[in-house]
Amino acid sequence: MSGNVLDNDPILVADGVTRRFGGLVAVSKVDFTIPERAIVSLIGPNGAGKTTFFNVLLGVIDPSDGSVEFRGRRMVARPERLAFESLVWVAPALILGLLAFLLAEAGILGGRLLALVGFLVLMLLIASLLLSIIRPVWYQKRLSKLGIFRSARPNDMVEAGVGRTFQNIRLFKNMTAIENVLVGMHVKLKGNLLEAMINSKRMRNEEVEALNRANELLTLVGLGGKGNEAARNLPYGDQRRLEIARALASDPRLLLLDEPAAGMNPKETQDLVALISKLRSELGLTILLIEHDMKLVMGISDRITVLDHGEKIAEGTPEEVRRDPKVIEAYLGAPAA
Amino acid sequence: MSAVSDLGTARTRRFDGLKKRAARHRSWTIVVSMAVVGAILPVLAYIPPFTSAQPPSAWIDGYTNAGVFVLLALGLNLVVGVAGLLDLGYAAFFAIGAYTYAYVASPFGNDILGITLIKSLGIEGAGIVFWPMLLVGALVAATFGILLGAPTLRLRGDYLAIVTLGFGEIVPIVFLNADAVTNGTNGIGGLVRPALPIIGGFSAMNPWPYYVTMLALVATVMILCYRLVESRLGRSWEAIREDELAAAANGINTVTTKLLAFALGASTAGIAGVFNASKLVTVSPDQFTFIVSFTVLAMVVLGGMGNFWGVAVGAFVIYTINNVLLKSLNQFFDKTQIPILMDIDFIQLQFLLYGLALVGMMLLRPEGLFPNSRRKRELHAVIADASEDELLAAEATTEEGQR
Repeated sequence: MSGNVLDNDPILVADGVTRRFGGLVAVSKVDFTIPERAIVSLIGPNGAGKTTFFNVLLGVIDPSDGSVEFRGRRMVARPERLAFESLVWVAPALILGLLAFLLAEAGILGGRLLALVGFLVLMLLIASLLLSIIRPVWYQKRLSKLGIFRSARPNDMVEAGVGRTFQNIRLFKNMTAIENVLVGMHVKLKGNLLEAMINSKRMRNEEVEALNRANELLTLVGLGGKGNEAARNLPYGDQRRLEIARALASDPRLLLLDEPAAGMNPKETQDLVALISKLRSELGLTILLIEHDMKLVMGISDRITVLDHGEKIAEGTPEEVRRDPKVIEAYLGAPAA
Repeated sequence: MSAVSDLGTARTRRFDGLKKRAARHRSWTIVVSMAVVGAILPVLAYIPPFTSAQPPSAWIDGYTNAGVFVLLALGLNLVVGVAGLLDLGYAAFFAIGAYTYAYVASPFGNDILGITLIKSLGIEGAGIVFWPMLLVGALVAATFGILLGAPTLRLRGDYLAIVTLGFGEIVPIVFLNADAVTNGTNGIGGLVRPALPIIGGFSAMNPWPYYVTMLALVATVMILCYRLVESRLGRSWEAIREDELAAAANGINTVTTKLLAFALGASTAGIAGVFNASKLVTVSPDQFTFIVSFTVLAMVVLGGMGNFWGVAVGAFVIYTINNVLLKSLNQFFDKTQIPILMDIDFIQLQFLLYGLALVGMMLLRPEGLFPNSRRKRELHAVIADASEDELLAAEATTEEGQR
């Protein structure tokens, strides 16, 4: 059964991902693919570079080398020709300004018209500056045609269909559970500034639907009826599950869980395993786990990848990894020679 | 266990219904309550203890001035209270709004811009531009809000505060020193007063038209603020305030969202600036010192960060204390004939008393007069976290008991 899943088309392909911090190579040339609908895990001793790798996948930090492709689109890679980007957006304004200046020197343009052109140039500069800050998708695509590339930011990854949770829970603690999920639904909702100001009917309907969907998600992770509790007041295990619900709210295709069982008791871990399996079977999700809890990892994964000192030292089914001498060495140390 | 949780859900359900009803009619609630408040305040001005401080027309005028600060506080509340971006240079946007109006609505400004608006419409007739200028002032201020926001997006907390502080100083200094286009220290005078087609021009003698306009402005801004905060955008602001990284990891474009907060906050200040300029009929750089930014921030904190009603009331109360009560203390104690108090000049001590009031307030009620429920949770979190372990322990035992 698990073999079938691993033969699926890859949803995410990391190719030779490397990340250096000064002289330290935190992640070194890691190739990594996640087949669709698979549950794959990333393990390794402390400091192996798991979280760095994870952050590269999510666009939180740029890789020093290599690239990450998600659903066929290159999302994360080393930035290319960034210097040209500012040129692209300054150039039109500069050309216009220069033209106006030359015309004014020649005596053709003057007075109020010149002031108007100056104003136009200023507005053009502001608009292009804003464009370069906000970076809408069409702008990025235009740029990539010119050979200018910049890694996707975390919010771009969410929009592309990646959800995540954090190693140390990062809920919006003073918001209620349901509000947390609603924030997670951000990319699915369309209400904008203007609509909010006029309180449009479409937006109100959308909000009602969002509320219903959020309640469904809470029920799915087992938090039904706790929607109005402040996140800070929920017990630890519930907070973990709320974080998963929040990540699910953006309807991701790929869910990245960073040590979801950390700090859980055996019963809670058991529930978590059931939940993760349910997510795959019911929502058709692909899941990447980073985990220390070996029992959980071995029990649930289709495939396990082991990192040590930033390098991939083993990859395979739980059985293969368990017997791999390199893995045993990494965890327990080399036998005395 | 089940009985307890049933009770809990029943309670939350009823609470939900109430909340929903209030939210559905929120705009009407605001309009009606503003009308009520707007009707009661003038009546107070005619009642004895208040009349002794100043004549009724001065009260009405004072209310209107307080309204300017209410507007400012509402706008700053969006930036500081909701989005959590500490802005110490808020008066800059106030100034930008005021000068925008000054350029369009004064002979001097018209010469600079090269337009002949006042000449062609006449002093009386030109007053009509006040209304569209409210919008223009808001837009111009919002543009500057974005310009300030763009380079400061990566900054947080203290660092952001310092940059905004710098911006708040730069703007009045530019207005002060660009003599040729701003008339320097003297500022721009002779602004036209607002006018309406039927009523005609507003005048300095009659405070009522300004008062009513201000009420309408405050009500409108408050409705918009509430709508924004309860929308998807408002949720993103709160999420960013709570945890920026987590917000980004949930698909929120933190850059755009923060810029919008700056822009909207600034546009409110722009509206206040236009109104204030039209009322004072003159703008000069010394109206927009750091004291203004600071006072508005104090109003937001004292009123209750994040809660628009609270902030509005806070602004009103602080303005009144500062500009009316403290100033009339002299008269009051002169009448009471208490030996020592009679000899103190309270006008000199105004800022001392104001400062004391602020300190006392922060000690007694750090969350402000009318706290936002979330802010309250945040401020009392330290205590809650300490007792959380006990709570958890208690919960565990009860759960075991039920099993």
